[in-house]
Amino acid sequence: MAFDKMELRDIEVWDGNFAAAQAMRQVQIDVVAAYPITPSTPIVEGYAKFLADGYVEGEFVMVESEHAAMSGCIGAAAAGGRVATATSSQGFALMVETLYQSSGMRLPIVLNVVNRALAAPLNVNGDHSDMYLGRDSGWIQLDAYSPQEAYDLNFIAFKVSEDHDVRLPCMVHQDGFMTSHTAQGVKTFTDEVAYDFVGEYKPMNDMLDLDHPVTHGVQTEEDWHFEHKARQHNDLMTKVMPKIQEVFDAFEELSGRKYNIVEQYDMDDADVAVVCMGTSVETAREVAKEMRAEGIKAGVVGIRVLRPYPFAQIIEALKDIKSIAALDRSSPNGAPGMLFNELAGALYNTDSKATLSGYVYGLGGRDLTKAHLTDLYKELQANADAGKVLTPLQQFIGVRGPKLTFL
Amino acid sequence: MSEIKKIKNLKEFSTSADRFEGANLLCPGCAHSIIVREVLNATNDDLILSAATGCLEVCTAVYPYTSWDASWIHIGFENGSTAVAGAEAMHKALKRKGRLKQDRDPKFVSFAGDGASYDIGFQWISGCFERGHNMMHVVLDNEVYANTGGQRSSSTPIGSSATTSPAGRISYGEKKNKKDMLAIMAAHGSPYVAQVAPNKWKNMIKAIQHGFEAEGPVFINAMSACTTEWKFAPEDTIAISDLATDSLVFPLYEIIDGQKLNITYRPKNVVPVEEYLAAQGRFKHLFKDQYKYLIKEWQERVDQKWDYLQRREEASV
Repeated sequence: MAFDKMELRDIEVWDGNFAAAQAMRQVQIDVVAAYPITPSTPIVEGYAKFLADGYVEGEFVMVESEHAAMSGCIGAAAAGGRVATATSSQGFALMVETLYQSSGMRLPIVLNVVNRALAAPLNVNGDHSDMYLGRDSGWIQLDAYSPQEAYDLNFIAFKVSEDHDVRLPCMVHQDGFMTSHTAQGVKTFTDEVAYDFVGEYKPMNDMLDLDHPVTHGVQTEEDWHFEHKARQHNDLMTKVMPKIQEVFDAFEELSGRKYNIVEQYDMDDADVAVVCMGTSVETAREVAKEMRAEGIKAGVVGIRVLRPYPFAQIIEALKDIKSIAALDRSSPNGAPGMLFNELAGALYNTDSKATLSGYVYGLGGRDLTKAHLTDLYKELQANADAGKVLTPLQQFIGVRGPKLTFL
Repeated sequence: MSEIKKIKNLKEFSTSADRFEGANLLCPGCAHSIIVREVLNATNDDLILSAATGCLEVCTAVYPYTSWDASWIHIGFENGSTAVAGAEAMHKALKRKGRLKQDRDPKFVSFAGDGASYDIGFQWISGCFERGHNMMHVVLDNEVYANTGGQRSSSTPIGSSATTSPAGRISYGEKKNKKDMLAIMAAHGSPYVAQVAPNKWKNMIKAIQHGFEAEGPVFINAMSACTTEWKFAPEDTIAISDLATDSLVFPLYEIIDGQKLNITYRPKNVVPVEEYLAAQGRFKHLFKDQYKYLIKEWQERVDQKWDYLQRREEASV
């Protein structure tokens, strides 16, 4: 069975979901096992239509749950070929068991996660609760802030994940609806260029190498379990970041589009900085520019690679900052926010004298407005001037009722 | 279609090259290893295997060792069927793309216990069968969660004492009848569903070979007598298995294309159910006066089921 190439314009108007689906088509995945869930469904639907129209040659297995989707992906990846799927929110939560299994079995699988809130109460809109839920699962996590980035980071994800020194699965995150359903101009590759960048899949320990049987998913108890987990952590800590940088560089050479492990905007001379992820980065960049007209030297740091955690790059980005805000789009449910904790962890043993305050925002798709960020930057400037945090350490912004603050 | 392996006699069969090694940690007397060998030895084709979490898995792939001389995967408790389905999908994709390292068609087999099949893995198996993957799912049916110490599953029969449905001062143990998985899987339209027992090895090999020749998802329910949880001496595995098949507690039959039922073994001398029960510690309490009525009820249930199977066979439905 032959499959057809698709002629794309240099710039297509795509939303984040379709951009991800197109990238999945262009890398010629061998097996997609998937289950639909809002807001990632159009990725799966888009891929199904490519199959129906003869643009895809691989197998598309529509399973009965997200748990089965990742289970099927694990079986397919262990068999030896390129594998990917997509999910969101509750589906992601249902997959969690298999996320640990796939990474522990060192299987390169790409998972597009269209970020959405976690019930209860049920909510279909974007926040980062699912992304946070996956952060200890042993996967690489890349965050796209726009449809263009959702497209680009898919190619990068396959190339990093399938590298034989890495052999770890990779998530590509994008914000539910804000990115997934918002159409923007996306610069495209031809099918040949896209495929050649990722390259042909090179199997390793593949079950389908029938002359060399392999055992996948063994039992280890107190005698070996720790060594396996430590080895996986070691590879995440030492091998993955250099590989991501290498692939970012190669991608820039190919496309002219530059990605950084930690993105910095207006940070060269900044006094105060907001650290955030997803579509909020773009809002913060606009506000930072406006703050500069008011005399506040504002900057923005966007986390591009959430896992492995960019410890050194965070320290470098924030070393001269006087006042930092960590913006968490997930309810910490009884703790400081994840970014707050992880920034504090990175900066604690450094010479930084920066103040650090945490903000929880945007849960269940609530807007983060420019007005919110304007107030926030002013608070940061006041903290910088005073040399200490003048507000509570944790504030909820954009929530109804009396101001919610903690710590 | 590959050539069916010819098997003349037990000696030849039992000495053919093993892809499941005797070096494993299963209990002495465990029927699992007999079943697995009978399945694997029924074909000369390549095999891609999975095991759900359970006795078979924890006893055969303890790092850095493996008992498997065929590709094998374990993911979790519930998803062994889907693991093999994913591998089968990859085989299809790579075959179509001309990227198979060896252009051969292996058999895809998932092994799982009754807990991993009747209970926690039920949805995954149903999904695999609905989608029609070319695979065989073999249940190692010992009617209990044996790996974790004998908790009841939906395959545990009435009156059995399990650790989560123990017999006690006011209880005779498990209260629910065993789930009829064969009927459920036949209703999926599976090309071949069969109940087998390792003591009837010729019958079993025939069923497995029939399953391997079928196109689509095949369901095999293999009775696996458990020395530890059924509570009998390790050397009595085959004797207990004979009591199970000859008392018709485990009738051996097949259902073809979800429709045509054939009885595949008719004992020459049918043994009373009571003899089967009396041989196992898990039913010991049933022989107290207050619970003897349960033995009578059990015999009636077995008679009724046998009658039903015969009527279906006669009617060819």
